[in-house]
Amino acid sequence: MQRYTPKDNESHPPLIHPPYKSSVTRSPTKDPIIVPQTITELTGPCFDPASLPEYSNDLTTNGRKSGEPIGERLIVTGRILDENGDPVPGAMVEIWQANSAGRYRDREDQHHAPIDPNFLGAGRAITDANGWYRFLTLRPGAYPWGNHPNAWRPPHIHFSVFGANIMTRLVTQMYFEGDPLLEYDPIYSGPPDEARKRMVAACSMEQTEEGFALGYLWDIVIRGPKATPFED
Amino acid sequence: MSSKKQTPSQTVGPFFSYGLTPRQYGYDHQDLGTGDLVPDGIEGEVITLMGTIYTVESNEMKHAVVESWQADSLGKYAEIGLKDSFSGFGRVGTGRGEDPRYRIRTIKPGRVDRQQAPHIALTIFSRGLMHHAFTRLYFSDEVEANEKDPLLRLLPAERRHTLIAKRIDSDDCTVYQFDIHMQGDQETVFLEF
Repeated sequence: MQRYTPKDNESHPPLIHPPYKSSVTRSPTKDPIIVPQTITELTGPCFDPASLPEYSNDLTTNGRKSGEPIGERLIVTGRILDENGDPVPGAMVEIWQANSAGRYRDREDQHHAPIDPNFLGAGRAITDANGWYRFLTLRPGAYPWGNHPNAWRPPHIHFSVFGANIMTRLVTQMYFEGDPLLEYDPIYSGPPDEARKRMVAACSMEQTEEGFALGYLWDIVIRGPKATPFED
Repeated sequence: MSSKKQTPSQTVGPFFSYGLTPRQYGYDHQDLGTGDLVPDGIEGEVITLMGTIYTVESNEMKHAVVESWQADSLGKYAEIGLKDSFSGFGRVGTGRGEDPRYRIRTIKPGRVDRQQAPHIALTIFSRGLMHHAFTRLYFSDEVEANEKDPLLRLLPAERRHTLIAKRIDSDDCTVYQFDIHMQGDQETVFLEF
């Protein structure tokens, strides 16, 4: 009995996507084996909102050492929904990103853009009763990478989401509306054309805080319970 | 009928360390899960899962994250609201040094129902992996239970061994060796449900 909707292969990128070079040697080549959903798949890790430290969802504050980090403040917010359109409350949402100059805090990032000592670039939030998450952060910069000549990653924020069970797990990237780099990016272009637009956040005056930070609205859709769970 | 379509998956990329596995890589940020799931006083047999992830041509895979999900020694999964119970969730990176591999210190799970052999669900994330890969780890000393396990029985017989971790006992610990091959003749069975 499969109680949750399956992975929608029309929405996800193929595992081997030659324009993204490292996918060719690091992804499975054989088809996955489709197996029944058991209690193992229908459960998953539980996270207590009380365990999140103060400023966990405020990246403009949680990495401060000697002052404010530098960059354009953004509010990034939205809902975690399932395929029925129902909100997913209590979902753990993790983000990480480059700083405003396009440099990650990770020591292996060799791009010679400045590190911001007051910006870590990582945070967490748990969705509220209506499925909403909210982060305060800085607009990430674009950065070059070695995939092909003159390759640049469009500004993006990495998202990791835990829903009700391990089947709903999702790691993705959020992009920005109107970015001219999107069409050149083999990672953004992995999913089918219709689907990739779902990774683009829209600038939202409604979510903007006047005089303080521009708002971006981005809903994330994960697998959900089948509408008639006991049918099959 | 679905009214919404799934948001596409994307790779974790190479620079996840300070976000997903901060303490392991020496960053000042809270961990969500670690490679040590064993709280003081927990019931059960303490074991270490250990393995290397291989890309094509048996290159060892750096820049990978493994998440584990399992029941406690009585076969019970953690639930919301059960404070101080066994979390059942682990998360570790394979590191970046000479010998990239994952290590998870945990307890051996019990049977979660009457049909399935003891097992641990593993999810692999990495640079180059556009969608995470699900697999399962079974235990080499559970021969009889493994033979009757409904999932293992669905697999082609010649590939079943790729899901069975090898028990190695030494004086101070019990290790289950579970290497994961992303590609090649020994490609691990990956699952979809």
